[in-house]
Amino acid sequence: MTDSTLQSKKIVAGAQALAQTDDTEGMSYLESLPKRLVTLYLPLFVILIVLLFPFYWMALTSIKPDEQLIDMNTYNPFWVVHPTLKHISKLLFETEYPRWLWNTMYVAVGATTLSIIASVLAAYAIVRLRFKGADAVGVLIFFAYLVPPSILFIPLASVIQAYGLFDSPLSLILVYPTLLIPFSTWLLMGYFKTIPYELEECALIDGASRWQILVKIILPLAVPGLISAFIFSFTLCWNEFIYALTFLQSTPNKTVPVAIVNEFVDGDVYKWGSLMAGALVGSLPLVILYAFFVEHYVSAMTGAVKE
Amino acid sequence: MTTVQTSMPPQAAATVEAQPLWERLRTSRNVLALWFMLPAAAFLILFLAYPLGLGIWMSFTDERIGRAGIFVGLENYEWLWDDAIFWLSVFNTLLYTLVASAIKFAIGLYLALLLNRHMPFKAMIRAVVLIPFIVPTVLSAIAFWWIYDAQFSIISWSLIKLGLIHQNIDFLGSENWARGSVIFANIWRGVPFVAITLLAGLQTVSPSLYEAATLDGATDWQRFRYITYPLLTPIIAVVMTFSVLFTFTDFQLVWALTRGGPVNATHLMATLSYQRGIISGRLGEGAAIATAMIPFLLAAIAISWFGMQRRKWQQGSDND
Repeated sequence: MTDSTLQSKKIVAGAQALAQTDDTEGMSYLESLPKRLVTLYLPLFVILIVLLFPFYWMALTSIKPDEQLIDMNTYNPFWVVHPTLKHISKLLFETEYPRWLWNTMYVAVGATTLSIIASVLAAYAIVRLRFKGADAVGVLIFFAYLVPPSILFIPLASVIQAYGLFDSPLSLILVYPTLLIPFSTWLLMGYFKTIPYELEECALIDGASRWQILVKIILPLAVPGLISAFIFSFTLCWNEFIYALTFLQSTPNKTVPVAIVNEFVDGDVYKWGSLMAGALVGSLPLVILYAFFVEHYVSAMTGAVKE
Repeated sequence: MTTVQTSMPPQAAATVEAQPLWERLRTSRNVLALWFMLPAAAFLILFLAYPLGLGIWMSFTDERIGRAGIFVGLENYEWLWDDAIFWLSVFNTLLYTLVASAIKFAIGLYLALLLNRHMPFKAMIRAVVLIPFIVPTVLSAIAFWWIYDAQFSIISWSLIKLGLIHQNIDFLGSENWARGSVIFANIWRGVPFVAITLLAGLQTVSPSLYEAATLDGATDWQRFRYITYPLLTPIIAVVMTFSVLFTFTDFQLVWALTRGGPVNATHLMATLSYQRGIISGRLGEGAAIATAMIPFLLAAIAISWFGMQRRKWQQGSDND
């Protein structure tokens, strides 16, 4: 018994080792360790440090007591001696930060939902209904992606004013889809193209309407694409700044990025703790979301570029 | 019986030829597609195409906040033509775009090549690399603002401790330092995007090509130059077009870090447009600055478009 289990264990271990080295390693066995150290690990380490340092600094500052922030000689600035939650609690209980977070969330969810619905319908029409001029419409939508907000915010401000939506988060929910629809439509077009026609033909023969085909066949098969579009759109909404800065005037209506820039900057030398806490708390929801959906996020980003 | 039989075919023929209008509308693919396109089209026409046209129109008026404008022809543009600050912002925008895009491309490609190699914790490292791109630009700009602080900058502190400098660097207070600092922050945020998208392109290159080249005695550089680079060109063109466009029209990073200062040294066309259009209330002039960005954007798109076409022509047109 022991013999056979030992042998099977050996086989399993061998298979595992093979699985780990197989295919991914490629030709890297040709390199010596010192060479890899210099050409791979060292540069990668330096780049990673530079990329991550601002976040470390942000997190460290937000838990550092004020006297350590401005006294860089007694205390080593790269570390914190008596961490405090003072800045974060000040942020959450003495400012309107929770309100701003809620606004940002509300706008992001609203705009993303509207965009996904519009994009699903548009992408399905372009890819599968093949109406007259479908290709031209596809190209037009791609060009819409290239129109940047910074040449539109002035005329949009007067459009929003004319519709009576100025200083209302609703204005952002209506405007953000122009950033999200072109991108999501292209992404979903890519996904819909991979779903075989035969499925639709079967459903048509069985008497399904186009709407039933979309809801019961296409959408369930395109769930990964929908998640990708949703995550990416949500991140874009959270990140958007210029429209929010232009359209929102009163303090309680602001989104997190706008509020951080305008409401905390008061010339106080002790502002840094709560400022960094605000930046950290504002980033965390996205980082957590990203941590759960890395694959979808990356496929959204690269998918849109590859198309 | 016979009458029924003879009368049926003409009726059937009639229904095929002249169906009721609503019946044709219900089954026509074109009409159905119209309904499906309606929500997306409504958003894009109301809040994208119309404002685009309106912006160009506004640039020919003297509209201010709270007052409708009247048509003034090219007056706004003539005014800008003689405005040194406007030309400074054009120079800054071009400098910002060219330097930041070039460095983003170089470091991004290098990082992509590094990440494409075999190493432990590969998936995790790739995920971590993208974090600067996930975090909202303004929030990371705020962190950079603190890092660049005139009094408490950690960079100045470290350099002084290392004995390389003797007094704090005023990163955002002096003109060239401010330009460099803003460009660095932009590169920091843009590199992950370039790296991860190029990495996706690299992964489609078959490893057997490299193995064959290695057997033929190709060096690292030759493998990159004659295998990686040609196969990666289409995706490089797309990624860099996006990168250039987004850098050229950048607003939030500069606004959060310097608001165009010191002495307009970091004003981009977008920030100047906001300054003049919204803060000073001269909507017409702001719209003229924004409209002046359009030719540059069209040029960038055209260059990458023709680059792609040439590439396609070289590789055969079926290949896309």
